[in-house]
Amino acid sequence: MEVFLMQLFVFLTAAIIAVPIANKLGLGSVLGYLIAGIVIGPFGLSLVGQVEEVMTFTEFGIVMMLFLVGLELDPKLLWQMRIPILGVGGTQVILSSAVIGTVSLIFFPWQEALSIGLILSLSSTALVLHTLKEKGLMNTTSGRSIFSVLLFQDIAVIPMLALMPLLATMSVNDTSNAEHMIFDINALPGYLHLIVALLAVILIFFTGKFICTPVFRIIAMTKVREIFVAAAIALVIGASLLMDLVGLSEALGAFLAGVVLADSEYRHELESDLEPFKGLLLGIFFISIGASLNLTLIGDRILLIVGLTLGLIVLKGLVLVFTGFVFKMKGKELSLFTIALAQGGEFAFILFQFSRTNGILSNEIIEPLISAVAISMFIAPLLFKAYEKINANKQVEEKEEPISDGIEESGHKVILAGFGRLGTDIGRLLISSGIKPVIIDNDVANIEVLRKFGFKVYYGDITRNDLLKSAGADEAELLIITMSDIDTTIKIVELAKKHYPHLKIVANAADIEGQYKLIELGVSKIRRETFGTSLSMGGDALQALGIEPYQAYRMMRIFSKIDDEMISELFERFKESEESYIYTYQQHMENLEEIIALEMKFDVEGIDKAWTVYNPDK
Amino acid sequence: MEGKILKLSFMESWGIRKMMKKVLIIFAHPARAHSKINNALRAAVENLEGVTINDLYANYPDFLIDVKREQALCENNDVIIFQHPFYWYSTPAIMKEWLDVVLTHGWAYGSKGNALKDKIFMQVITGGGDENTYQKDGGNLFTIGELTSPYQAVANLCSMKWLPPFTVLGIHRGLSDDKISYHKENYRRLIIALRDETLDIDSARQEKYCNSNLDEDIRRV
Repeated sequence: MEVFLMQLFVFLTAAIIAVPIANKLGLGSVLGYLIAGIVIGPFGLSLVGQVEEVMTFTEFGIVMMLFLVGLELDPKLLWQMRIPILGVGGTQVILSSAVIGTVSLIFFPWQEALSIGLILSLSSTALVLHTLKEKGLMNTTSGRSIFSVLLFQDIAVIPMLALMPLLATMSVNDTSNAEHMIFDINALPGYLHLIVALLAVILIFFTGKFICTPVFRIIAMTKVREIFVAAAIALVIGASLLMDLVGLSEALGAFLAGVVLADSEYRHELESDLEPFKGLLLGIFFISIGASLNLTLIGDRILLIVGLTLGLIVLKGLVLVFTGFVFKMKGKELSLFTIALAQGGEFAFILFQFSRTNGILSNEIIEPLISAVAISMFIAPLLFKAYEKINANKQVEEKEEPISDGIEESGHKVILAGFGRLGTDIGRLLISSGIKPVIIDNDVANIEVLRKFGFKVYYGDITRNDLLKSAGADEAELLIITMSDIDTTIKIVELAKKHYPHLKIVANAADIEGQYKLIELGVSKIRRETFGTSLSMGGDALQALGIEPYQAYRMMRIFSKIDDEMISELFERFKESEESYIYTYQQHMENLEEIIALEMKFDVEGIDKAWTVYNPDK
Repeated sequence: MEGKILKLSFMESWGIRKMMKKVLIIFAHPARAHSKINNALRAAVENLEGVTINDLYANYPDFLIDVKREQALCENNDVIIFQHPFYWYSTPAIMKEWLDVVLTHGWAYGSKGNALKDKIFMQVITGGGDENTYQKDGGNLFTIGELTSPYQAVANLCSMKWLPPFTVLGIHRGLSDDKISYHKENYRRLIIALRDETLDIDSARQEKYCNSNLDEDIRRV
């Protein structure tokens, strides 16, 4: 226990020190983690042992990341992306394997060359997605292309794992890899294997579509937050365990589970609950990569490894340029696409390990290649940095257009907090004006009803910063608060003012005192909940008494205007003392009648005189 | 085509003879309660068969004019009349808004815009100043004919048959009840004549005001 805590402490402290420094230097957090890894690793201060174990455990961060990526892509969008995924992704993987394989053919027999080609064609999903998100490039056209390729690569790992044992040339020395818990999928004949895998995927879909939502609903009703977090983690672990069991990629399983739940009202809640775990696991994963770097080996065979690294980056880069060219990318898009994917990935570590145990590649070949992959992952953040530097100079030239059609979350510029009686009509107005707000409500029963009517309402407690964040507060332009309870409103306003000062706020207050509280907080757009209805009903009443519609309408408008103007003065008195407030309030009520009568009289006389230029008053 | 079918069925359902023309009076006064003359004129024609009153301020107090409804009304009528006080040598504000939003390209004008073609257009104006103030040497510098020329141009652009305005002037000096009854009766006669096609359009167009010479211009049937 103490050892575990000590290790954890070292990892976390290293991250706490290295990441802010790397960020300050503009290198991005990934490089910070990697460097922290070297520092605490066996070739640095030697503060940690069992790096491999840590790496295996924290690999789960990748699984979580893919679940979260899946959450943001509903099946419709995924279907829209089928061409980039299969086309761009397929071209990249096949060409890279072919080119790298051909070069390897100079030194090795074809089986080994092909394995090396396949393994090195993969890029680092963890590093690239993390960096793209950090730089806000995820929803640009190039971001989408890059993601498509990474997704294809993740899927391609599955057939690779199935195919590579056929390439084995050496005898397998240990047979202990069949350590699956319940049953060994490999014991089944091929067609059954396929059926079981298919069933597992169907099970994930079925669970996501029909079981998760009711379960989450019950959990949300309990209002015990950690149970929801537990359910979210259990879901991801369950999906990846199931995939693992049937011999499919864990990351793919989590991704599928995410896609199935992208439509669910609990999406933002899941996102905000898992985000910190994912971030922490990935961070430690990057650190463990840094720590596993065999510096002695690199030192001994520096020329070979530098050559391998450069060769890897250059060959992959060339293939990427070609691929991008075929799919009509140009300028900035093409350059980002190229530099983003020209490195080896974490799957290479897994696959090299796999090829070692299956007798495909020997240790002598694997060791330098693993180092080259790791170094290329060090270089990738630097390439991103260089790309940014170069493009900072010619930024105006071509701006990367964020895509707003498919992914709703990033297309939304408005967060609508609360979708009760007040929020519903605001939402309807916005939606019919072509604005799709992210709607958050915390009433499970209400959400259920509204979802039946086709409103995309998400469950969540908007008074929590992380939920506000996952609802898109960073990019949002406007926050609409429609809570019936003023204390909740105040809490949200304070949160928004503190963390998202750029957010414009439109809020309601039940009564005038609530309005004063919000004025005090600096909210400029405040509406008293029932004021609009009162005005309209007053107008109806005036008309029912025979006052012309236009006159009634003007009286309404004038009354509302004067009332609006009164508020700021009343607020000042309100702060002073109760007596002066009440006095001023009464004064205003008395004046109001007079003012409106005057306004109306002036109005009519003014109009009448306007056209009597030459016969005034007879 | 569609408009025609609608018109027939509408007329038949009300039992109106097919010979009758239909008259749309577009009325605008922001404070009707204060308007003696306009109310009196309106009352004189309000209940006539084949006449529709469209009170803009009452229908659109917030100025949000229903373009589809207004265009359908125009399509279903043969005579379009603007009845209004002569504010600042022009119409009250909502009537200008009406022109701006209802008379759209491709509907009212333009190569395909012929919805108003051959319909009759006329203004009914109540003015505070006397006849003699609307002269070159009068206080208002221009004649009513000159001041209403923009509406003549509107009618022209929409291929409508323009008639000179029906005018009731000098109302700020106060009009005697006799005078008011006289104008009411004239207004009623004119609207009936337009409806029943007993007005000699060509000679009416030559008049200074449409109500200058009604006895001559209306054919006796």
